[in-house]
Amino acid sequence: MYSYYLAIVLAPLAAAIVAGLFGKQIGRTAAHSVTILGVGIATALSALVLYRFVWGGAESENISVYTWAVTDGLRMEVGFLVDRLTALMMTVVTFVSLMVHVYTIGYMHDDPGYQRFFSYISLFTFAMLMLVMSNNFLQLFFGWEAVGLVSYLLIGFWFKRETAIFANLKAFLVNRVGDFGFILGIAGIVLYTNSLDYAEVFSQADAIAAQSVSVLPGTAWNAMTLICILLFIGAMGKSAQAPLHVWLPDSMEGPTPISALIHAATMVTAGIFMVARMSPLYELSVHALGTVMIIGAITAFFMGLLGIVQNDIKRVVAYSTLSQLGYMTVALGASAYGAAIFHLMTHAFFKALLFLAAGSVIIAMHHEQDIRKMGGIRKYMPITYWTSLIGSLALIGFPGTAGFFSKDLLIEAVADSHWAETDALVYWIAYLSVLLGVFVTALYSFRMFFLVFHGEERMDAETKSHLHETPWVVTVPLILLAIPSAVIGWVTVGPVLFDGYFGEAIVVDHAHDVLAHLGEHWHGALSLVTHAPMTPVFWLAAAGVLVAWFLYLKRPELPGKIRERFQWAYNLLDRKYYFDDLWIRGFAGGGRKLGAFLWKKGDEVVIDGVLVNGTANTVGRLAGVMRQIQTGYLYTYAFAMIIGLTAFLGWLIWLK
Amino acid sequence: MELTSHLLSILIWLPVAGGCALLAIGDAGDAGSSRAGAMRVTALAVSLLTLLLSLGLYTGFDGTTAAMQFVERVPWIEAIGASYYLGVDGISVPLILLTTFITPLVVIAGWDTIKSRPAQYFAAFLILEGLMVGVFAALDGLLFYVFWEFMLVPMFLIIGVWGGQRRIYATLKFFLYTFLGSVLMLVSFVYLYLQTGSFDLLGWMDAPVAMQAQKFIFIAFLLAFAVKVPMWPVHTWLPDAHVEAPTGGSVILAAIMLKMGGYGFVRLSLPIVPDASGYFSALMIGLSLVAVVYIGFVALMQKDMKKLIAYSSIAHMGFVTLGFFLLWHISGATGAVLGMQGGMVQMISHGLISGAMFLCVGVLYDRVHSRKIADYGGVANTMPAFAAFFVLFAMANAGLPGTSGFVGEFMVIMASFKANFWIAFFAATTLVLGAAYTLWMIKRVVYGEVANENVAELKDMNRREWLVLGILAVSVLVVGLWPAPLVEMMDPTIQNLIERIALSKLG
Repeated sequence: MYSYYLAIVLAPLAAAIVAGLFGKQIGRTAAHSVTILGVGIATALSALVLYRFVWGGAESENISVYTWAVTDGLRMEVGFLVDRLTALMMTVVTFVSLMVHVYTIGYMHDDPGYQRFFSYISLFTFAMLMLVMSNNFLQLFFGWEAVGLVSYLLIGFWFKRETAIFANLKAFLVNRVGDFGFILGIAGIVLYTNSLDYAEVFSQADAIAAQSVSVLPGTAWNAMTLICILLFIGAMGKSAQAPLHVWLPDSMEGPTPISALIHAATMVTAGIFMVARMSPLYELSVHALGTVMIIGAITAFFMGLLGIVQNDIKRVVAYSTLSQLGYMTVALGASAYGAAIFHLMTHAFFKALLFLAAGSVIIAMHHEQDIRKMGGIRKYMPITYWTSLIGSLALIGFPGTAGFFSKDLLIEAVADSHWAETDALVYWIAYLSVLLGVFVTALYSFRMFFLVFHGEERMDAETKSHLHETPWVVTVPLILLAIPSAVIGWVTVGPVLFDGYFGEAIVVDHAHDVLAHLGEHWHGALSLVTHAPMTPVFWLAAAGVLVAWFLYLKRPELPGKIRERFQWAYNLLDRKYYFDDLWIRGFAGGGRKLGAFLWKKGDEVVIDGVLVNGTANTVGRLAGVMRQIQTGYLYTYAFAMIIGLTAFLGWLIWLK
Repeated sequence: MELTSHLLSILIWLPVAGGCALLAIGDAGDAGSSRAGAMRVTALAVSLLTLLLSLGLYTGFDGTTAAMQFVERVPWIEAIGASYYLGVDGISVPLILLTTFITPLVVIAGWDTIKSRPAQYFAAFLILEGLMVGVFAALDGLLFYVFWEFMLVPMFLIIGVWGGQRRIYATLKFFLYTFLGSVLMLVSFVYLYLQTGSFDLLGWMDAPVAMQAQKFIFIAFLLAFAVKVPMWPVHTWLPDAHVEAPTGGSVILAAIMLKMGGYGFVRLSLPIVPDASGYFSALMIGLSLVAVVYIGFVALMQKDMKKLIAYSSIAHMGFVTLGFFLLWHISGATGAVLGMQGGMVQMISHGLISGAMFLCVGVLYDRVHSRKIADYGGVANTMPAFAAFFVLFAMANAGLPGTSGFVGEFMVIMASFKANFWIAFFAATTLVLGAAYTLWMIKRVVYGEVANENVAELKDMNRREWLVLGILAVSVLVVGLWPAPLVEMMDPTIQNLIERIALSKLG
């Protein structure tokens, strides 16, 4: 299988290089053909790898590709660990990527940067595959930063727009704050194990957890807690968890296909994947898991609320992504890694679908993104309408859709988790967040859905006259993503969550193993669906849809009144809890002030002014004084000699 | 056989002789004249021949030993026991190769942009190349000192003659700083000579030195090397020198001359006064971290691209000194070699990246005649190929994995954590700061709408610029994707150095 793995990562890379370096020579059609071919190869082979795990009884493989460097006993390598977790991620990544490649033919049709765009998204696919297939921390970090690079390039794809190049710089820097923690976490692992290899590190996990470390004088932290929290800071950056979430909504400045691929389905889930991959480490630190749980809960609930006040179609979906990433993170904190990865998978399908559908609407609306200027699009764009409906239903967890299975079981796992006994505060924060989040999700999702597709047609006549369904390269990916969004839950929920699909890829402490506990009461997918109306989750979602219907279709004048009544709350949400101000004015502005201070006062006044030029001036002045003495007249020299001699004699006498 | 036994001498004197020949032929007059053309071709040929020959150092190098290789030794001034003594090991070969690699690129980069006195310009770079190789190859204290000081002369002239508006202030500051620093180094050399009766550097490494004397020698060395690196707070000459230097001068200054300071620490300070190095190591680590953090913030606010890259150089060189002085603070069995490897790799990597960054600014400066960030904006619209290169080098400067900029920083951060969490913490701030100052500049220069008429009229890179930046881009990626050959070459020497340091000179 080694050559297959190499082909999976190298095919998109080669395609990216060809399209990137020779895009002008080979032309547009060849550029999209070669990249689609590259990603197509990767998709087919990834599916084969997954097939061999599921039906072929394949064993996980750990292969070194080449040695990057060795020094001081530390082997730094590039290699693949392909197990059941990896195979699932590879398939999801390549499949969504392939859909986005095809979609891009339509979406970027008139863009002068056509070839460049294809080159970037293929390069992204390569980087993401390197990340998920890595067998060591070095390559993980490489993939981690490489997807960040491509994300930077793609958010700023339309580099003439000031907002886009602001957003991409912001995204890169906020991610770098996360990576700052991440690299320290890796350094912590190297400190205790002198290894970067997963297998080696995991085998020494107990030894790490037995150490304590004193970061602040007088404190003793468990080394594993420190390492896991540092690693999680990296995940907070990449997977946009509060307070490092601020870059994701702005990343919507990038073209819509990459919002679907990078900022919804794949890259932002890298943090979730990483924590699941590191489950042998996280399981040894309850404090780290608690931190993960709280951060996830805050993100899941509060970021969802922000989706209610957004008017940009893509930003609504972006806040929804933040909230769903929070759900996955909560599942990680509850040690339900399988549930997190399962939700990651279903979310990849329906969120990519929602973004691409939003993009379809944006094309039809001639790049208008304000949902207040839409409405009643249903009859003009039937395919987009129905696929959007499937995506929205999956997002809110309508029984039977893919999102239903993953979200419902995720919430059950949280409800049933060991935290109920071990820490009631953590438990209730997490549980209430994910539960109330269901209502919020349904509210913002269907607010958008109704405003876009139903009700009064608010667009201008010019736009309306051009309004029609998008071409097949756009609608086919929508349909191909709608199918798994609708049905994939039925066939996968049992195997993935309860029949031990992940095998040894994920390690869970027996006392934390909530999925095993839920599995004891598992009666199959159909039973779960039929029992849905008896759960609060179902009614909360239904209430959300109902409220959305009432406020935005039935009584559309009400939202404005509510807003006036609760202006303070609206402002709080509209300003995104002031986190942007904290980052931009606080940290970025503060950094600039500090830089200016150190430069102007430190370098120019103190060092150059006082030390350097001061010394030079003093030397100059001394030289000036000395020059005065050297008059050239004999009598001054004689006078000096006499004074000197007197002083010398006086000194001798005084000594005696 | 004959060639390899005198290879180092050839690498030193071939470019020096080539440079002198250019000077002797004299003024080429107009840069467009055929005579000037012949001069350029000669300069390029000499530098390429030097590069070609220097590859013999790589192919003929025995990477399994820490012993000096390609040794040449003939008596020089017998009365005082000074000899013409050359030799290289795993830490000097990469630096020599860096020198012979960068010089032809600088010659090509100056091809048709140097309008006045091209013969003298190219001659200065060739002579400088030979002297720099001399510093890296000298194993005799006096010889080292001669190369070290003479190296200043061509650089002084390059900035002073082909420099910008305030070149006199900059050259004076550059000269005084570096000269004052190295005078004290000479005093130490004399002391060591009086103690041992010879100028043999390897002999000095074996000679016992009392602690008090070690401290004085360390401080004297520190002044010489810290100025060259440069370390905070003796760094302020560097931004001024870079701003006034012509592009080629900046490239050599950043890519190679700064490495003299780092090289001095590993070749002289650490092995000759190991106990004092340990005594002052906390100070060195502190100063290195100040360079990373303080200078990182200062770089953020620069309005002049060259100044920004100059400050960025100081911050990156902070990783070099940090990596070198970590070993006394690491209690575990591993980490010391890793830190020093990181520092060395960082030197090579910084040579490539800073050189490339200054060349990029040079490409813009040649067209618009401004280094000010505010005079640009939207360069990617008119120079897409150039923008791609500039962004690549910026990412390398920000330490992106896959580029050479990551390798050394990663190793040093790993080793720092083995010493102390907080050292690693402050070192790792470079991930944020390095990205902030580099990419903010990129945002303002490369991206955005076309800012003004100058930018609108920009022509994308010519073939000469493609060649130079292309070669550097490939090197940055190769070192980033496969640093093993470089690391392996240095490993035995570094291990040997660390074992040597562990053997105190006091007992």
